[in-house]
Amino acid sequence: MSAVNATRTVLLGIETSCDETAASVVARRPDGSFEVVSSVVSSQIDLHARYGGVVPEVASRAHIERINPVVAEAMREAGLQLGEVDAVAATVGPGLVGSLLVGVSAAKALSLVWGVPFVGVNHLEAHLFAPLLEDPGVAFPLLVLLVSGGHTMLLGMDRPGGYRLLGRTVDDAAGEAFDKVARYLGLGYPGGPVIDRLALEGNPTAIAFPRSMLHDGLDFSFSGLKTSVVNHVRRHPDVAAADVAASFQEAVVDVLVHKARLAAAQLGAAGMSLAGGVAANTRLRARWLAAGEADGRRAHLPSLAYCTDNAAMVAAAGLWRLAEQGPSALDCGVDPNLSLTPAV
Amino acid sequence: MPPELLVVSNSPDRTRAVAAALAELCRPGDLLVLTGDLGAGKTAFCQGFGAALGVRSPITSPTFTLHHRYEGRLVMHHLDVYRIEQLDETVELGLEELFESGGVTLIEWGDTIRPALPAQYLELSLELGEGDDDRLIRIGSVGDSWADRMAALIEGLARRGVATC
Repeated sequence: MSAVNATRTVLLGIETSCDETAASVVARRPDGSFEVVSSVVSSQIDLHARYGGVVPEVASRAHIERINPVVAEAMREAGLQLGEVDAVAATVGPGLVGSLLVGVSAAKALSLVWGVPFVGVNHLEAHLFAPLLEDPGVAFPLLVLLVSGGHTMLLGMDRPGGYRLLGRTVDDAAGEAFDKVARYLGLGYPGGPVIDRLALEGNPTAIAFPRSMLHDGLDFSFSGLKTSVVNHVRRHPDVAAADVAASFQEAVVDVLVHKARLAAAQLGAAGMSLAGGVAANTRLRARWLAAGEADGRRAHLPSLAYCTDNAAMVAAAGLWRLAEQGPSALDCGVDPNLSLTPAV
Repeated sequence: MPPELLVVSNSPDRTRAVAAALAELCRPGDLLVLTGDLGAGKTAFCQGFGAALGVRSPITSPTFTLHHRYEGRLVMHHLDVYRIEQLDETVELGLEELFESGGVTLIEWGDTIRPALPAQYLELSLELGEGDDDRLIRIGSVGDSWADRMAALIEGLARRGVATC
């Protein structure tokens, strides 16, 4: 067991909520800023591609095979001997129950063997730490658009760890719409990157897909857009897939950016940041920067590696939790439906 | 041949009304299996069903986490097996425990796991029609748990202005 470093706290984070097996060592400096010492992600995308989506049982088995090598690699890259950390954190939810259990069990075992505290982390809260990993100068209040395969939400952050939910999807998540439309068009999995690539060759104004604004509140709806795509392709079987991809993507990005700007204005946000896997979308990133510039807010774009599922954000959230609330009990379970509890 | 009702819907709201008529007849332990292509209205159906059961929170797609649980007049379990391709993967869903828990269970894309389903359930198949919003909804009872409720269902649909054939 290592002594707690007088100048900084070092934590090993583990993430296995969906289809990435990830481990990362992150240090928290005395001023509260973070340093990513190592971050290892082993993706299962190839395993799941032939199924057109994440398959729970396949995911659990793959996590079991990969968890030990991934943790060992994260420690090696950080230049640490096994056990040379101050705490271990893991995602306890939301996610697939079998997958979550692999990471949480590993983290608890390491906590016991190394004699260091265990910290359970909410995956959604972890995404909110992504903007803070690379930029200690993030301006608050910060508006965060968290968009992924399972979630679409707007959050206001007054400080690290202090947030409130401003809006969310009432049906499908944005990333889910990408996956389902891609599968419907026969483009493969994961849907985000294939539509992003194909859209570059298409005309974003070719098809006027609906922008569901839900009367301009801050909630989202993407189920109707998915149906519109199906209807259009049924009526126009010869339509160019690139035009469908580009027009669909433009409709999603229009709504995401429009609502984020509304939310940022209501919040009086100094900055606005993307988070979650859909934040890797090139069109969304370009429009995000433009919106920040137009509205005089600092636009943050975390690196792609910290937008998609990773363990560095879990480690950062774990470090914050440990400092603010102390360790979690070793008998704490996993919760596949864990929600984000506002903590302003 | 099990009894089957045919309902024509011309809007998501009409699909929700069909769901509401079913929800008011539901009993603890009921299972509804929804089939139909992408965009056929399975989500709209589940939203209408939940609202009629008195569920207050938004009913969102369970594709990512596979299972959502809501509190209403009865507990509503909302599952989506879109991503499940092998039957043994249904073990993780704990289906039998759900059916015995006294709530109502809705399974989207449930036809893909038919051998894992119990002997009694109501199957709803939603098909895309001619117009963009046209849907043909087939309501069929597998086993006889719904047989004695079909007359009440037709009456409930008529009360909502939904004709059956």
